[in-house]
Amino acid sequence: MEFFKFSEEQEMLRQAVREFVDHEVAPNAAQWDEKDICPVELFPMMGELGINGIFVPEEYGGTGLGYIERAICLEEISRHSGGLGIAMMTHHLGMSAILSAGTEEQKRKYLPDACSGKKIVGLSVTEPGGGSDFIGLKSKGELKDGQWIVNGRKCFITNSSIADIDIWAIRTGTDTKGRPSLSTVILEKGMPGHLPGRKENKLGLRGSVTGDINCVDVKVPPGQLLGKEGAGAKIAMQAISEVGRAGMAAICVGILRGCLEESIKFSKERILYGKPISKLQAIQFIIAENKVDYEAARLLTYQAASLKDAGLPCADEFAIAKLYATENAVNAAKRTIDLMGGYGVINEYPVGRYLRDALASIPSGGTSHIQKLIIAAGELK
Amino acid sequence: MALKIVVCVKPIPDPAYYKDITIDPVTKTIQREAIPTIINPADKHAIEEALKIKEKFGGKIITLSMAPPNVIKNIHEALAMGADEAYLLTDKKFAGSDTWATSYILAKAIEKIGGIDLVITGTETGDGGTSQVPSQLGEWLKIPHLWNVIEFKIKNEKEVYLKTKIENGFMEWKCKLPMAIAVSREINTPRYTTIMGVMKAKKKPFQKLTFDDLNLDEKRIGLVNSPTQAGNLHLLDLSRKGKIIKGSKEELAQFIIDNLKAGGISVEADPIICSCEGETGNE
Repeated sequence: MEFFKFSEEQEMLRQAVREFVDHEVAPNAAQWDEKDICPVELFPMMGELGINGIFVPEEYGGTGLGYIERAICLEEISRHSGGLGIAMMTHHLGMSAILSAGTEEQKRKYLPDACSGKKIVGLSVTEPGGGSDFIGLKSKGELKDGQWIVNGRKCFITNSSIADIDIWAIRTGTDTKGRPSLSTVILEKGMPGHLPGRKENKLGLRGSVTGDINCVDVKVPPGQLLGKEGAGAKIAMQAISEVGRAGMAAICVGILRGCLEESIKFSKERILYGKPISKLQAIQFIIAENKVDYEAARLLTYQAASLKDAGLPCADEFAIAKLYATENAVNAAKRTIDLMGGYGVINEYPVGRYLRDALASIPSGGTSHIQKLIIAAGELK
Repeated sequence: MALKIVVCVKPIPDPAYYKDITIDPVTKTIQREAIPTIINPADKHAIEEALKIKEKFGGKIITLSMAPPNVIKNIHEALAMGADEAYLLTDKKFAGSDTWATSYILAKAIEKIGGIDLVITGTETGDGGTSQVPSQLGEWLKIPHLWNVIEFKIKNEKEVYLKTKIENGFMEWKCKLPMAIAVSREINTPRYTTIMGVMKAKKKPFQKLTFDDLNLDEKRIGLVNSPTQAGNLHLLDLSRKGKIIKGSKEELAQFIIDNLKAGGISVEADPIICSCEGETGNE
């Protein structure tokens, strides 16, 4: 057992990302939330910094680091904007699928532009029929005249209309036992019949685009198949469980830090009965609870990320981290609003946004109930 | 044309911890132990200018700092921004040096590095704030030096054009390299440190130089040999003078007006116009 300690490079990386966030994200986060604008113009800037391709090897234009560093980036971004956090998280999600399952040609074609921020990536799995009922998805691909013809509708897709590269999970047949066989294909913006649909008006994580994408007779060359035919379930599930949930946990670690820092700042500045409210025990209890939740979520998230970086099984650990971080980000935001009294519900302060962002984080990557099923299944097997 | 550029980078106490800084009552020096340090903000503009010159003309950027040995994080940060190598001048004998002694030590290190085309500094530091070191460096090195540079253009291998900011405008200069410049904050916007830069920083050449490595006259360095010696420190009394005035509303209002007038503030109210038209009152 060693002390949990970031390396000097990781601390410097955090500092570098924080400097960027303080200048480019923090001053604009409230406006992105209010107007529900995704700041796509920041993707090239984040590409130059090395955030986009943080875990992608240098040979594909990435930074060549791992998932601990990715969690640091997402925590820092989401300290001020959970919306931008989930947009970047999803960009990573799609890239991870290409990196893990793509051919050499696909990696060289798509990853450098995604790393530089020239192109944005999305992963389309959820359908109107459900997200966690994975095997029941209806979108399908049929092989006709040497091309895949893709039809279907995806919903609640992050980066839906802004993604240039859109990875779809589709049904391409049945396996030997008669079960649906799923595959993943790489679609590109502008392919005839690939049509982003309605944009959702979300409670939280605004500043990211969430919406429908429709495919109507989209002709997809066979070279766009990601992984082998029938491997789609494994590819999509691995991305969601080890990259998607990992990202949502890190986003909520950022929100938790926001709650902690805002509760400390406000309680030291707010004077009641002649002294700062930080002198009151009831307020100190809230700060202590915020601190405990932040530290616990942080430890769970970075521990799971270190397992991922070591190539060890980590899906259950990310489910635990995601469950704990999202649920307690909601609790901490609510507590911090309580601490602030009337100020807590005034949108001039960011804590109301933290609460909405934390709530919207719960269904992203599987609800808390789904996380509990995964965790319990791991314990009961 | 590849230039060899030295950028002077000073680690200074982090302003977030200013409340924890004390001044030694005997030596009058800042007690900065255990206070985290940051790169002097003006020096980031110096690094940025060096990076821009290197991008255009090629060359090498060497950072030079004089500080206690615990500032390695700041040295790595400068390297992460894009500098090629770094020197840290550190020795107990350097402690307490004033600007004259500091610039002497820095100049001797620059001489030791050798072959320098350009020395760049910020205009001032966030702690001392004297703005003296840039010009002193130029004098020690016997090279042209300009302060508050807002534009720097290299015409050819030896000739450069500059603009310096003055109170009501700017001045244009033509100089020859090698020279020393102190760049203004408005000359550029320092770039963000990239993650790749961070990862490369620790692999870049870094060297500590002590008194024994530099050809220094010991009688010119350190607190005792510095020609500037701090006198007494006097703190302003910022405490409020509390006074409780009692009386009727009218007396208190008159008291306030009298005191405002005594303080030179003109108090002239607009005439009060009272209109009761349309007022029905509560029935």
